[in-house]
Amino acid sequence: MRYLPHTEDDINSMLDAVGAEHMDDLFSMIPAGCKMEGSLDLPEAMTEWELNTFMDGLSVKMATSPSYKIFVGAGSYNHYIPESISYLLGRSEFSTAYTPYQPEISQGTLQAIYEYQTLVTRLLGMEVANASMYDGASALAEALLMAIRITKRRRVAISRLIHPYFRDAIRTYLTPGNYEIVELPYLENGRTDITGVADMENLAAVAIQSPNFLGCMEDLSSVEKPVHETGALFVLSFTEPLAYGLFKNPGCQGADIACGEAQSFGIPQSFGGPCLGMFSCRMKHVRNMPGRLVGKTTDVDGRPGFVLTLATREQHIRREKATSNICTNNSLCALASAMYMASVGGTGIRELASLNRDKAEYLKRGLRDAGLKIPFASPTFNEFVVEFGKGFKDTYAALFKKRIVAGIPLAGWYPELSGHYLLCVTETTGREDMDALIEEVQS
Amino acid sequence: MKESQGASGLILNEPLLLERGKKGRCGFSMPRRDVVPSPLDEELAGDGPDFPDLSEVDVVRHYTRLSQWNFGVDTGMYPLGSCTMKYNPKINEREASVPGFSGAHPLLPMELSQGVLELMYRLELYLAEITGMDAVTLQPAAGAQGELTGMLLMDAYHKSRGQQRSKIIVPDTAHGTNPASAALCGFRPIAVPSDKNGIIAVETIAAVMDEDTAGIMITNPNTLGLFEENITEIAEIVHAKGGLVYGDGANMNALMGIVQMGKIGFDVIHLNLHKTFSAPHGGGGPGSGPVCVKNILEPFLPVPRIIQTGDEYRLSGDFPKSIGKVQAFYGNIGVMIKACSYILSMGGKGLKKASQLAVLNANYIKEHLKGSLHLAYERPCMHECVFSDKLQETEKITTLDMAKRLMDYGFHPPTIYFPLVVHGAMMIEPTETESKEDIDRFIDALKTIVDEARKTPDLLRRAPTRPKLRRLDETAAARNPRLTG
Repeated sequence: MRYLPHTEDDINSMLDAVGAEHMDDLFSMIPAGCKMEGSLDLPEAMTEWELNTFMDGLSVKMATSPSYKIFVGAGSYNHYIPESISYLLGRSEFSTAYTPYQPEISQGTLQAIYEYQTLVTRLLGMEVANASMYDGASALAEALLMAIRITKRRRVAISRLIHPYFRDAIRTYLTPGNYEIVELPYLENGRTDITGVADMENLAAVAIQSPNFLGCMEDLSSVEKPVHETGALFVLSFTEPLAYGLFKNPGCQGADIACGEAQSFGIPQSFGGPCLGMFSCRMKHVRNMPGRLVGKTTDVDGRPGFVLTLATREQHIRREKATSNICTNNSLCALASAMYMASVGGTGIRELASLNRDKAEYLKRGLRDAGLKIPFASPTFNEFVVEFGKGFKDTYAALFKKRIVAGIPLAGWYPELSGHYLLCVTETTGREDMDALIEEVQS
Repeated sequence: MKESQGASGLILNEPLLLERGKKGRCGFSMPRRDVVPSPLDEELAGDGPDFPDLSEVDVVRHYTRLSQWNFGVDTGMYPLGSCTMKYNPKINEREASVPGFSGAHPLLPMELSQGVLELMYRLELYLAEITGMDAVTLQPAAGAQGELTGMLLMDAYHKSRGQQRSKIIVPDTAHGTNPASAALCGFRPIAVPSDKNGIIAVETIAAVMDEDTAGIMITNPNTLGLFEENITEIAEIVHAKGGLVYGDGANMNALMGIVQMGKIGFDVIHLNLHKTFSAPHGGGGPGSGPVCVKNILEPFLPVPRIIQTGDEYRLSGDFPKSIGKVQAFYGNIGVMIKACSYILSMGGKGLKKASQLAVLNANYIKEHLKGSLHLAYERPCMHECVFSDKLQETEKITTLDMAKRLMDYGFHPPTIYFPLVVHGAMMIEPTETESKEDIDRFIDALKTIVDEARKTPDLLRRAPTRPKLRRLDETAAARNPRLTG
């Protein structure tokens, strides 16, 4: 086996050195009843060539862009990833390193994560960002637990327009502590109705997603006041951070914690993972924050460098009193997203975000002109809802044969929205593909 | 010793990304604009983030220079205890980036996603076989989320029987995340000591196990690298009081094809695909922490589950007793593909051989270093061995000094000051992918360092001197946090 360097000769001399005759002698401390009888029932070892054939055989059973025209976002977005990023991520000094516990020989990872933290705070208009969480859902769940710790209150209000799977994860994380979750309804314009929070007592946090699951930009400027009047923290979630290349960021609109999914920034969709939980907050809350943090310091010769810091919040020091149990996070994905933000740049991200929105507006107009209803009037970014009608199901399935996936049906998550579909367009969607879709759905 | 592996070469200084660039540059191939701009309400428009503008060359040079300040498994031996820093096969990277997988949207109709569902289904079967368990969830994103999932399963199990149990037993030789994971799930961790042999005694558990205790979290082999020899008796005691046995499988690399955890009393165990199953650690993730369970816990596994009917695979959320979701989607697929590739490349025999060689390498190191360094427990170890700085106390040389000096010799230091039960611990896990020559060089380097501790201790106190930076001031970093540039 090519990964195992030991020759027979090596094995014999090493066994000799440890005073064993056979390999089995090394396991003599394991009680006889605990040892496995027989051998593992697994497929015969494959060569590299056979493995490629096997994996290629599975992968051709998948429908992917560009051969399929997939108008689906809903938490996972098809954005173009520059080749330079895939190439740089393959630098094994980054990918084959552990968490940077030994800073002297981990400065590459540490500086890169420090830069990532900085870029995230600038993107979201927040004061401090951590080194990453697993994904947007677990990040939001941990944000709510953080708000519960800070306010010492036991109830959270979450918008019904937060990604349904994020809400599922929140329930999982908050169940053992018996915390109460209240869902906020939505208005006819596709935005969250937050009027109810004024009457809610003991509220630790109000969580809103923008752009929300229906693609609408929430009116965040009018959320802050009513939320803060209850004494709760304003938690902002997102699944499409590219929107903040164009729209006002959460920080300037009063968010206390802004966190979400950032797969959009240079990370392959990969059937939903690995992705990237971005997490940021106000500096006054940093000691209650979950996750790793990189800070700037100096070495004994006074040269600037970076280390993991504020570790007294973390599991390996505080054990059961830690702010979270997270240790391994999604560091390489954070690195990818920093490379992406750097490659696109400040000027570029505005143009790229505009292009996403303009293309989505083009499709929206085209569908509306074709006689379809766009039910929610609020401004959108690169996703929006169309009412195709209840009979569309068959057309939807028939379009697979033409390699078109015309959005995603919403009725499974929102029974009142039967016949409604969520459509997504990014910079990778060509005008001709949108024209083709319009043609298909009106016929 | 022979010539040191550690050398100094030319690396380049590199400013922060934010100090580079010039307005107007772009490192991204901007798509052609084929639609007209749509005006945006000024109320909603922001200023856009203050990112630097860089060319592609700027970005490539920046990150290439940064990468050269790092040490990875591909650079050299990385014997971090309990982290299993084995070689990360390159073919696995290829498989994970096959466009059909890497470009797959997670919410497409299932008939358009059969390939990845089949891969996940197969991986579940392989992991069930390796652990001797009945069912598997691949959803947890890392070991710690696997632990949390395991705790949630235990909690759900007890609640389904009308019980709310408040405590959980966590031995002092368990991983540091264990108590934090248990606490996140509302359990109060009850710490119990290991015995003079470094393992858990049956009586210790018998004395604390009661009907308000949900179960026990055991790392096996434990963080001293020792097999918990009393495991079946301990499991019987826990089970007799209605409790469950949780296994932290971070150290599974010692046991593949040798012990099936499901057959020796464990009810639930998490694995770390980024440790045992060769996926790279990525400088701190992404990992993957599947959880394998016995039948009694299967109804509570996270949703969706993968169901096979004939040649078809589908995701089903129809499990009313499920704990729900811990991730938005189905876990870290990219990492699963790498692990699956590894299992298929190794086969059952290859995996067993990997575990045997991992244990051989660790025992070989233990035998050769035990005179030079104090061996915490004089017993046969499994895939890792734990020393301390006890013999160096007279020179006032610490584990930290020796660890830092190892860098000068071209090695990544072992895990230090863990496990907590050994004062000044140095926990060495070579893994099976280190050759005898490399291990001999490592032993040689540590013996030289022990010698230096006696003769020229200042060399150690000043170490490291060869890396880009010398020791960093962590106290100042924490006292006055500077977290953004």
